[in-house]
Amino acid sequence: MLQRIYDWVDERMDITPLWRDIADHEVPEHVNPAHHFSAFIYCFGGLTFFVTVIQILSGMFLTMYYVPDIINAYESVYYLQSEVAFGAIVRAMHHWGASVVIVMMFLHTLRVFFTGAYKKPRELNWVVGVLIFFVMLGLGLTGYLLPWDMKAYFATVVALEIMETVPIIGESLRTLLQGGEIVGAQTLARFFAIHVFFLPGALLGLLAAHFIMIRRQGISGPL
Amino acid sequence: MSEKNHNVSRRQFLTYTLTGVGGFMAAGMLMPMVRMAVDPVLDAAAEGDMNYLVEFDELGEEPIRRELTYEADDGWYESEQIETIYVYRDGDDVVALSAVCTHLGCTVSWEGSEDYPEMFYCPCHFGLYERDGTNVEGTPPTEPLHRYEYEIRDGAVYVGQSEPQ
Ligand code: FES
Repeated sequence: MLQRIYDWVDERMDITPLWRDIADHEVPEHVNPAHHFSAFIYCFGGLTFFVTVIQILSGMFLTMYYVPDIINAYESVYYLQSEVAFGAIVRAMHHWGASVVIVMMFLHTLRVFFTGAYKKPRELNWVVGVLIFFVMLGLGLTGYLLPWDMKAYFATVVALEIMETVPIIGESLRTLLQGGEIVGAQTLARFFAIHVFFLPGALLGLLAAHFIMIRRQGISGPL
Repeated sequence: MSEKNHNVSRRQFLTYTLTGVGGFMAAGMLMPMVRMAVDPVLDAAAEGDMNYLVEFDELGEEPIRRELTYEADDGWYESEQIETIYVYRDGDDVVALSAVCTHLGCTVSWEGSEDYPEMFYCPCHFGLYERDGTNVEGTPPTEPLHRYEYEIRDGAVYVGQSEPQ
């Protein structure tokens, strides 16, 4: 049945080359854990992506219950955590995934560094990777405020204080992120917008660039 | 299985196992999220409280309009709900009808049109109902006005949920 639907579409639109391009590529022996178990270090990039997918999905579902407003934010998080079936699990996925993604990304970076995979011709991909790293940190920072509890509030106060110490632009930077005179309603709305629209958008673009470059340049050679 | 009796090729076997394992993992990942999203559908509606509507003595044969205000649980929010009710006495019985038109939900009113005395009239598409809430043939509504279950405590009328008649 599925095969026949596929054939029907393929006959008209020739979709096979589309996914063949993505799926068919060489996996060199030195990155295949089936050949050398130590090659599992090459999995961290993929694992980072996997956790990112979980983050995006669980985040989408969390916004069904969450409201970015100082009166209701905490209440809505409390409600989805304690009243909604599986709400606690989905929030836990997003909560722990946020940390796991950083760990995986860090391990991936170590692997790239120690195998020298960042060298010519892959310098640009390293640069994009570092940008992804910063976007991820930004996502962590902005997401931290959203539950609007004591920890979230004071962590953000401190983060904004730190930003203010940047020479020359520090003060404007703080106001820009804070959105108002105090850390409050406008800050929360801003952080929410940055967390769910701006940074994920940037992240998807950077990830696309990251992956296209790997496919163009192939996986770096063995040590 | 004997050597000659291969019905499943190596490649097919791999496809099946990988799709199976992959599907299982994807399902494990998505199940909590989907279950969370559909929770409002599976959550049984809470048993409503009985709310004070009117004193029994105030009621006569003529339907009177009353606004019922009550606090409704709305997730993390308590919201004030207002329902319009027409209530009258029918012997010892109390009839409390919801003023929500069963066509598309406008609010009906008793004798709302001079052309139709002794009837509930809906201005939106000219729906008509008899005094007991029965919809009049030939007008848009397809069922009678919903009726509230009620209770009399200390000479006052309390109403619960409205149900289709
Ligand atoms: S909504 Fe009342 S007649 Fe259509």
